[in-house]
Amino acid sequence: MTEPATLDEICIAAIADAFRGDGEVLCNPMGAVPVIAGRLARATFEPDLMLTDTIAYAVAGNLPLGGDPADFPVEAYMPFRSIFDQVWSGKRHVVMGASQIDRWGNQNFAAIGPYRKPKAQLLGLRGAPGNLINHATTYWVPNQARSFSPSVDVVSGPGYDKAAELGRSARFFEIRRVVTNLGVYDFDTPDHSMRLRSIHPGVDIDQVLEATPFEITIPDDPPTSRVPDAEDLRLIREVFDPDGVRKGEFR
Amino acid sequence: MSHKVMTEDQVVAEIHSGMTVGIGGWGSRRKPMSLVRAILRSDIDDLHIVSYGGPDVGLLCAAGKVRKVTYGFVSLDSIPLEPHFRAARQAASIDFSELDEGAFYLGLMAAAHRVPFYPTRAGLGSAMLSENPDLRTVVSPYDDHEELVAIPALEMDVALIHMNRADARGNGQFLGPDLYFDDLFAMAGKLTFMSAERLVPTDQFLAEGSVHTIRIPRIHVAGVVEAPMGAHFTECPPDYGRDEEFQREYAATAKDPESWSEFSRHWLELESHEAYRAKIAERVAGITRGGQR
Repeated sequence: MTEPATLDEICIAAIADAFRGDGEVLCNPMGAVPVIAGRLARATFEPDLMLTDTIAYAVAGNLPLGGDPADFPVEAYMPFRSIFDQVWSGKRHVVMGASQIDRWGNQNFAAIGPYRKPKAQLLGLRGAPGNLINHATTYWVPNQARSFSPSVDVVSGPGYDKAAELGRSARFFEIRRVVTNLGVYDFDTPDHSMRLRSIHPGVDIDQVLEATPFEITIPDDPPTSRVPDAEDLRLIREVFDPDGVRKGEFR
Repeated sequence: MSHKVMTEDQVVAEIHSGMTVGIGGWGSRRKPMSLVRAILRSDIDDLHIVSYGGPDVGLLCAAGKVRKVTYGFVSLDSIPLEPHFRAARQAASIDFSELDEGAFYLGLMAAAHRVPFYPTRAGLGSAMLSENPDLRTVVSPYDDHEELVAIPALEMDVALIHMNRADARGNGQFLGPDLYFDDLFAMAGKLTFMSAERLVPTDQFLAEGSVHTIRIPRIHVAGVVEAPMGAHFTECPPDYGRDEEFQREYAATAKDPESWSEFSRHWLELESHEAYRAKIAERVAGITRGGQR
């Protein structure tokens, strides 16, 4: 008997589902949960995705977290320069984290406090400005209450309000999903503000509202997030992450 | 025939206070650390550093050598935040220009190709553009009239890079998985100095790597330094990986002035790269002995 799916595995399935329909693109998740999700999506329903070993090669096969890429066939040489070329080509879907994210999807992982003299310097802008304006982005937020914010201190990745001001220059802009420890969110509303897309099993709507300090669209009867099936769980537990690294991402 | 072999200190003699210095590598990977440490030993200051930054940027900031940093990121990879750089940003003790990682590549390319800028959409709608007084936009002269960010050429007086192999004439070879952007740094520098793990005769490059790895042509290189372990403690595969334990110690001691000054005395205030290598060798021997007990 398979042990029931736990929260980390439900989040992995939810992020994997963000790649549904992507076809042949470079799937570029960052962090353990997103990396497992990308590899799960390719192994189960999106076989044409390309995935890197996080060093310099796109590899075929079910590479485990921390596994030796030398055991898997190289499909393409992808040093950092080539990764940026893929960004600009648009054939890429990235998953990034967010220290703060607001109702329009503006994301900050650069700094807390004023940008020129921050109270806490975080990762910096990294590749967020280029990613958002060139191709699909999904956010992974392991602690919704901590990250959902009325506004962000620094805009690393612009949201839909900023994109609207840019007009044609933002024609490749898309925030596909925001996956948190409580639910799955998207921006499929008339004004592209955030909407609850599904709620994780065992989470009630009050928990969602309590962890959302801004106006949000909640459907009358929100669907429950997909529970990964036995094959998904086998892949996650036995193939991709036998050491349970994914569980360390919830803090 | 040109012969460009020199020492770290001879390279540093070509660098002057106030200059813009580009540093190759990526984060805590294949950084020309023996050249960076030689700058730390000198009285040069007021530098503008251009880098996909790692401990190169952190060390120079901690030593008060830096006026400004232009960067795509600053990170130690396995430790996401570079502690000295973080402290400098939070104290606002340095000026800075932060570019999207890909945009930084365009700035290097513009400098290498001697054009004023390359256009991109990266930065539109984000703090990269709205918070950076150095950046301007440009409107496409074609019918689309699209507005784009003009990433300025990252011109530099001096560029410093580290390769696995080089010859005495200034050709360079990388043997690891990624060249990063070191060929562009070499072209962007008015003067480029290259350290290498080992100097080899030109006809020996192909003994260790395919033709595709001989990526730094000597026309862009003013001087070559033989520096075994020259990238330590950053990684330099296949010659050696990152010294994670050393890096952890570096990051931990950065947190208070007393342990930092001790670390600095022990590892940085040495007369030469040879002295540093000897210390590293002693440390490795100590760890090995300790492991056997």
